[in-house]
Amino acid sequence: MTRASIDGNEAAARVAHALSETIAIYPITPASPMGELADQWSSSGRTNLWGVVPRVIEMQSEAGAAGALHGAVTKGTLGTTFTASQGLLLMLPNMFKIAGELTPAVLHVAARTVATHALSIFGDHSDVMAARTTGWGMLAASSVQEAHDMAAVAHAASLESRVPFVHFFDGFRTSHELNEVDLLESDDLAALLDEQWVADHRLRGLDPDRPELRGTAQNPDVFFQAREAANPWTDAVPGIVAGAMDRLADATGRSYGLVEWFGHPEAERAVVMMGSGTAAARQAVDALVARGERVGGLVVRLFRPFPTQALVAALPASVQRIAVLDRTKEPGAPGEPLFTDVATVLMRAVATGERGALPLVVGGRYGLSSKEFTPAMAAGVFAELDRDRPRHGFTVGIVDDVTHTSIDPDPTVHEHRHDGDVRAVFFGLGSDGTVGANKNTVKIVSEHTDLHAQGYFVYDSKKAGARTESHLRFSPQPVEATWLIDEADLVACHQFGFLDKVDVLARARPGATLLLNAPFPADQVWDHLSVEVQQEVLDKALQVWAIDAYAVAREAGLGGRINTVMQPCFFVRSGILPADEALAAIKASVETTYARRGPEVVARNLAAIDRSLAALHRVEVPAHVSATRHRPPTVPPDAPDFVQRVTARIMAGEGDLLPVSALPVDGTFPTGTSRWEKRSIAPEIPIWDPSICIDCNKCAIVCPHAAIRTKAYDGDVLGALRDDFPTKPMKDRSLPDHHLTVQVAPDDCTGCGVCVQVCPATSKEQVGHKAINMEPAAEHRDVERDNFATFLDIPELDRSSFDHGNVRHSQLLQPLFEFSGACAGCGETPYLKLLTQLFGDRMVVANATGCSSIYGANLPATPWSVDDAGRGPAWSNSLFEDNAEFGLGLRLGLEQERATAEVLLAELAGELGDGLVSGLLHADQADEAGIAGQRDRVEELRRRLAAMDSPRARLLDGVASTLVRQGVWIVGGDGWAYDIGYGGLDHVLASGMDVNVLVLDTEVYSNTGGQASKATSRGAVAKFAASGKSGAKKDLGLIAMQYGNVYVAQVALGGNDMQTVRAFREAEAWPGPSLLLAYSTCIAHGVDMTQSMARQKEAVLSGYWPLYRYHPGGEDDAHPFHLDSRAPKKPVADFMATEARFAVLQRSDPERAAMLRELAQADVDERWRYYEQLAGVVRTAPFDQAEDTRTTEEEPA
Amino acid sequence: MTELATTYLGLDVSSPIVASSSPLTGTMDGLRALVDAGVGAVVLPSLFEEQIVHESRDLVTMLEETASFNPEASDGYFPELDDYNTGPDRYLDHLAEAVRELDVPVIASLNGVSIGGWLRYARQLADAGASAIECNVYRLAVDVDDQPWEVEDDLVNLVGEVAETVDVPVAVKLSPYFTALANLARRLEDAGAAGLVLFNRFYQPDIDVDTRAVVPSLVLSSPHEQLLPLRWTAVLHGRVGTSLAITTGVHDAEGVAKALLAGADVAMVASAVLRHGPSLVASMLDGLQTWMDEHDYDSVDQLRGSASQAAVSDPDAFVRANYLQTLTSWSTPIPA
Repeated sequence: MTRASIDGNEAAARVAHALSETIAIYPITPASPMGELADQWSSSGRTNLWGVVPRVIEMQSEAGAAGALHGAVTKGTLGTTFTASQGLLLMLPNMFKIAGELTPAVLHVAARTVATHALSIFGDHSDVMAARTTGWGMLAASSVQEAHDMAAVAHAASLESRVPFVHFFDGFRTSHELNEVDLLESDDLAALLDEQWVADHRLRGLDPDRPELRGTAQNPDVFFQAREAANPWTDAVPGIVAGAMDRLADATGRSYGLVEWFGHPEAERAVVMMGSGTAAARQAVDALVARGERVGGLVVRLFRPFPTQALVAALPASVQRIAVLDRTKEPGAPGEPLFTDVATVLMRAVATGERGALPLVVGGRYGLSSKEFTPAMAAGVFAELDRDRPRHGFTVGIVDDVTHTSIDPDPTVHEHRHDGDVRAVFFGLGSDGTVGANKNTVKIVSEHTDLHAQGYFVYDSKKAGARTESHLRFSPQPVEATWLIDEADLVACHQFGFLDKVDVLARARPGATLLLNAPFPADQVWDHLSVEVQQEVLDKALQVWAIDAYAVAREAGLGGRINTVMQPCFFVRSGILPADEALAAIKASVETTYARRGPEVVARNLAAIDRSLAALHRVEVPAHVSATRHRPPTVPPDAPDFVQRVTARIMAGEGDLLPVSALPVDGTFPTGTSRWEKRSIAPEIPIWDPSICIDCNKCAIVCPHAAIRTKAYDGDVLGALRDDFPTKPMKDRSLPDHHLTVQVAPDDCTGCGVCVQVCPATSKEQVGHKAINMEPAAEHRDVERDNFATFLDIPELDRSSFDHGNVRHSQLLQPLFEFSGACAGCGETPYLKLLTQLFGDRMVVANATGCSSIYGANLPATPWSVDDAGRGPAWSNSLFEDNAEFGLGLRLGLEQERATAEVLLAELAGELGDGLVSGLLHADQADEAGIAGQRDRVEELRRRLAAMDSPRARLLDGVASTLVRQGVWIVGGDGWAYDIGYGGLDHVLASGMDVNVLVLDTEVYSNTGGQASKATSRGAVAKFAASGKSGAKKDLGLIAMQYGNVYVAQVALGGNDMQTVRAFREAEAWPGPSLLLAYSTCIAHGVDMTQSMARQKEAVLSGYWPLYRYHPGGEDDAHPFHLDSRAPKKPVADFMATEARFAVLQRSDPERAAMLRELAQADVDERWRYYEQLAGVVRTAPFDQAEDTRTTEEEPA
Repeated sequence: MTELATTYLGLDVSSPIVASSSPLTGTMDGLRALVDAGVGAVVLPSLFEEQIVHESRDLVTMLEETASFNPEASDGYFPELDDYNTGPDRYLDHLAEAVRELDVPVIASLNGVSIGGWLRYARQLADAGASAIECNVYRLAVDVDDQPWEVEDDLVNLVGEVAETVDVPVAVKLSPYFTALANLARRLEDAGAAGLVLFNRFYQPDIDVDTRAVVPSLVLSSPHEQLLPLRWTAVLHGRVGTSLAITTGVHDAEGVAKALLAGADVAMVASAVLRHGPSLVASMLDGLQTWMDEHDYDSVDQLRGSASQAAVSDPDAFVRANYLQTLTSWSTPIPA
């Protein structure tokens, strides 16, 4: 037997890969790793149980994956796929078909919340519950080991029964929990299967030698009967699953039931539930039984077909009260699904005499979106059952102060502690290696000691400067706790600054060890702690140890990676292993873990380990608090009320404590909130040197975080500024006598350095010194804070007082997208910021799910912002796949409202005044002045309407805002536009409607971790394309151009910023559909993100990303296609060699790399040849100007 | 028939032209073409320790530093591949294949940074079957506290340790920038060097006047650059017992003949074959043979060193007199 420390995804994927022949995949959190592993294993030649490498194919969507799966199993192969949440919903149509055709297949689901009022990537059963009517068998695993075992049971049972199976386990809690698994060997898997089942399945497959027809259309005469004809197969499933479980028990000794009772054999109160939450219920039951209470619980493993008889048999006759806990919500139902099933089964059992009396059955909800479910909460449920009238429809784990459904946890029940248990919580930075080190620690302990180990990891929602929490348990007993640690024996804070941001010590138990990475000598550490932290250290009698891990890492040549420095400190201070044994184990592990990274990496990490312990020192804790400095408030006192009450709590990590009443009921939030989240994460910030600056404003246009701002102002404003405020006279004939300030937002900058990289102005005396330079934040932050405050008070220029058509001027407009949580150096966000500068006060945004929806709208705060007049982008995310259609709907709505307004204006013209009405209906809104004029007229209209007492006037007031020109922007990534949303995008472009589509093309699914899309170029290594993508990138622009009336532009800000600004303005002005393809550097490219813009430039120069505009109805109407970049001057291989996504293949498989490189060059050459010919094409697409909803024809500036 | 076979570093070589380290020797196709054209031995491109470190670091940046900050990409943004061929693996594979496939001596070239790196990689090169190891030493003593004798001591010690570590002959590719080159050559011989390769052509940085940025420049050698190594070969021949090789500016048969006349065991070619292709070697050998026939030389051994400083009638011609002659023989052009 092999024991491995793996997570739930790997546990399931190992079995799926071993027992499948065709695997159709598509990325979705938290199921993506299953597909990635399958692809990786097949790429490297790993075979299945039959000695053949399974074929893995990525599809364009989950719907596509389900279709491919349907075909693969219909042909007679063994097929599987992996998904979650919306992905499962997209598979539903095929699921009905596959089940209806009695075709074996297995779908492994990392169960995740379905988006409702908000998206959530976290775990609950709302997705699988939506699939419960498909006819598939449904098997729930409640731990990592079970995800492995139930995967095998699902495959075996499906083959035997012919009923397809969903095997599901809880997203994140199980899919991402590291725990020990006794691995199923090939013999174990073989013991579960009968080769005859495989042969029978094969024989049912479509084969022209045995022609058959499946998928008929049936009429009322026979459909019903045929539907019932399959009943015996469904009826047989529980017995078949039980048989597979028995064979598994024979092979491995691990025994499972369809349902399983735990607790007192003569319990009076019981809970029934599925999934990982059962671990908490078990601990609560143990604790209560130990107190003499007669309680127990029932775990349901087979959910469909519902194991009626097994449930009735397993539930002790003594049980009088039952709480059924559902990890989902079904609004309006008499109860959630598991409750309804259990209640129905019991009612029937009583009616048929199988059970004496009907217990009182209530249902409740827990754990939505991975909400914690602890033994104390489970005990609270038993307490509720003990009340006179237990509530039905209760909630547990939250405070519901609105409809009062919530029940309180029982504070007397805690996680059970065995002798020798050690629990540790680590706070780290996403990039400092803390999580990696902790995963490694779990593996070391599980695989090399007698102790059992578990690891679970929590991340905040930021990509730059993300905070991580690692929860590690070590025990002489197997670890079955599925909740976060709240009484840690050791708390490690790997970033000293976190002590001022979150309550790091809250999870420490009295007497625990606090391990700090501090940039000070140990004897100075105490003095750097705040009053609150010192008090907590004293209250809990914590032992404090400190190390300057960054110094040690630097000395060892590891840069900012402190993982191997902190790891030995943890081992020694936690005492789970003797020091020398721990060091030996860490070193052995480093040698294996980093072997593939190269001997130098191994050597440096070993050096760090050797230096670590000598640098760790005890911090002497005085008897009293000596600090005078308090922990700074999360947000400043002048933040708006909602930000104070809600946003700030979430920022401080206290979102779990917010009651129901604090949250908006429909998912609607105020914008402009990121400005209150002062994260101060940059170690270096850009500082402006006005003496060198040439006013180009390139630093501002490229800043991914809107942390470099520029403002122009006249002499009057200058006179009011304080003398030492940095300023310079502007050299701009269109803004005479104006002055310029380039200002950093010191607490919002991520320190990416892109601004400095693009700055073209250098000192004559010193080439390296630019007009903007990265300098240590600590030295400049205070001054720059004051400067930024002054800067914000400088009034914005009147938008209509200057032309916006060049880079310099575009950056004098206020950005209404600021301080996002995107990765430092993100290539996408500068485009969004520019968009808001040009059109932000009159744009509606439909945003596809992906990176842009996460950095755009993941709580706590949003970067979408408002101007001084309170106007700004109105933003919404519907789904991933439907974004183009969603945007089209917004446009339809806008136009319909305007049509209504026009009808009402005509109708009420007499009362409103013909002059005003005529002005409103025929306003020229081609430029900013025209728009401002129309806004004034709408204001006047509202004033007059207010004086009218008529329902028609109220109706007009409600739609009056649409009389001002608004634009609909459809924004998303390449995964959406090229793959999952392509069908909808195509339809929207074909509609001819006035929508603007911005595709932020990173050439991979960035948000889910870099999986290949059809935008991925040939030769790039990505997840799902581990051996380098073999096909060429899809030319989406060319496809869109075929319509003739679609404005299409391909842009790269770093390649040509002028062209980008021009294309944005032309696209917005074009009264039909427009498509902007924006090249976006991404961390998934494997490049230094400081060079984000330089990479774009190289992409353009090498012909990798040609710039063009296809402008129907433009100045040169006859020749709509304009090539804006020059013929490639260098081979594309030069570009590819400098990006790890391509270069890594050269290392791993030089021959394939050379072959793909040659084809990539051919792609570039051929595309360029074609584009050059296109530039000469004469074409005028007929365009119905009557469809133009604007009142004037516009030409771009 | 004149005899072109000779020895270099104690290795039998079928001709006195050796393919120097260049991109051509980095591929099996290039190596085969060079051997087919008649080179007596090949020197593979340098294994750069610095490059290995750099690549490993890049790999860590790509695979580790992007992992673990995004719950949706908690294992990073790249698939874990089976093998990244980090470290010297790929080089060693190439070396082993060259040794297996070619019937001429295969010399591995090494450029180390740390003493540990030098010794570790030298051992691995020897184990992979290298016929000899050429130490490609690159050190610019830019620190004002660098003492010249320390620079020389470090080099001598390094070569000594490498030579002691491996059983195969060790050559040293030297830079011309030493105050007392002859003395250094002797010390290197004493330390165990089997051969000296004159000289290393460092890529010199240039300045782009448009961007005012420092840019690397790569210029192939030209025949007149042979004069510097030619002089020093002539000086060292007979003074030190090691093999000598000239590796700069050998572009034609005449260049080879000059190298041998000055006392080199072999002439190394890189720029000329990069420019004209490996078949140039065959025509160089033809030319050499014709020249030897015309001048009645029977063998390379007979030819070697016949115009070295020790052998010529006016030894000073290779030293100061040479300089004087150049100055005095220059005639100022008369303006038209």
